[in-house]
Amino acid sequence: MTAPSITVSETPLVLYTLRRADDALILGHRLSEWCGHAPMLEEDMALSNMALDLIGQARELYGYAAKVEGRDNDEDNFAYLRDVRQYRNLLLVERPNGDFAHTMVRQLFYAAFADLYWRGMMGSTDATLAAIAAKSEKECAYHLRHASEWVIRLGDGTDESHARAQGAVDDLWAYTGEMFSVDEAERGLIDAGIAIDPTMLLPEWLSIVSHVAREATLVLPENDWMQQGGRDGRHSEHLGHLLSELQHMQRSFPGATW
Amino acid sequence: MVVADISPAELRQRAWEAAASVVDPEIPVLTIDDLGVLREVEVVGDRVEVAITPTYSGCPAMNMIALEIELALERAGFRDAHIRTVLSPAWTTDWMSEDGRRKLKDYGIAPPQPSSGRRALFGVAEVACPQCGSVKTEQLAEFGSTSCKALWRCKSCREPFDYFKCH
Repeated sequence: MTAPSITVSETPLVLYTLRRADDALILGHRLSEWCGHAPMLEEDMALSNMALDLIGQARELYGYAAKVEGRDNDEDNFAYLRDVRQYRNLLLVERPNGDFAHTMVRQLFYAAFADLYWRGMMGSTDATLAAIAAKSEKECAYHLRHASEWVIRLGDGTDESHARAQGAVDDLWAYTGEMFSVDEAERGLIDAGIAIDPTMLLPEWLSIVSHVAREATLVLPENDWMQQGGRDGRHSEHLGHLLSELQHMQRSFPGATW
Repeated sequence: MVVADISPAELRQRAWEAAASVVDPEIPVLTIDDLGVLREVEVVGDRVEVAITPTYSGCPAMNMIALEIELALERAGFRDAHIRTVLSPAWTTDWMSEDGRRKLKDYGIAPPQPSSGRRALFGVAEVACPQCGSVKTEQLAEFGSTSCKALWRCKSCREPFDYFKCH
């Protein structure tokens, strides 16, 4: 017996909330894959702690999406019983962990955005999103600091660590543009003051990331062609593999608890 | 429980005391009242409504705390307890009571500095060693054994210690 996928009524606010929940869940899951494998014990704890923060944020967002949708779905259904095409996360967060430099550069790119984003969302006219933002922004600020310190240490470290960090920046750069994209469904929410316009965050994001890159002796690519698709459910092959692991238990043994 | 001859204020007080006696499973010297996690207790008829707030979004202790509150209320005679989680206003370390800070220190965990604001996340000026009081201390790791703690070391007495992060 396997559990079938759910259907979701994607009104603009449900879709908007699920997109942010999916970002947090997928990145949290990626970080949790390091558990027991990090370069040292302290970092193992750091990665697991950051994963925990992100999965906590995802739970709050899924819970809210379920409430807004007003059907039978709940946080577990959203996480365990949607197919890859129903996931709405950024392509950036589903990128494989790669080496430690890839993980930390990905974390830097995301946390520099999420820190600004959640700080902005504290002013949302939607009281629940504003409350989730108030918790998330503190956590993401801490993640940003941690990732920045590592990227500086790796970039300005040995030839080997520098080459790996620069390689990670080059590989991941094309996935950063999607964080600042806005579609029709979101435009209405921005006009209503429920969401903020992410394009407004780009200059400050660039300034933070450039500052870290400079300290790290890394060069940000000139290339401004950006990959997109995750927000509409068009994902890389990597997400399917991730979900097969994340969903395995609930798909195989529907409703299993312990 | 026979409620007829107990005043509503007294009943509420009993329910509050029962809920407030629950300790954090990861820092058992602190009650949820010390931590500022317990926000509200209301008694309507036989029903008790309790509001708690998470310290960190993913704090795994929340489920256990909710269960412990139900059990504590049941022991106090309240059989119909409902626990809900509120997010606003967001918890910060400023919600922790003075008593809570003292208990933390006695337990060997450096309490968060009364702060606050987001900048407190960064420029932690000095953290006093909970063992010897020296401020010659250094951070070993930004993340510790639970979401809410970082790992520090005292350079005077050489003891490592947990620091409850400012948040």
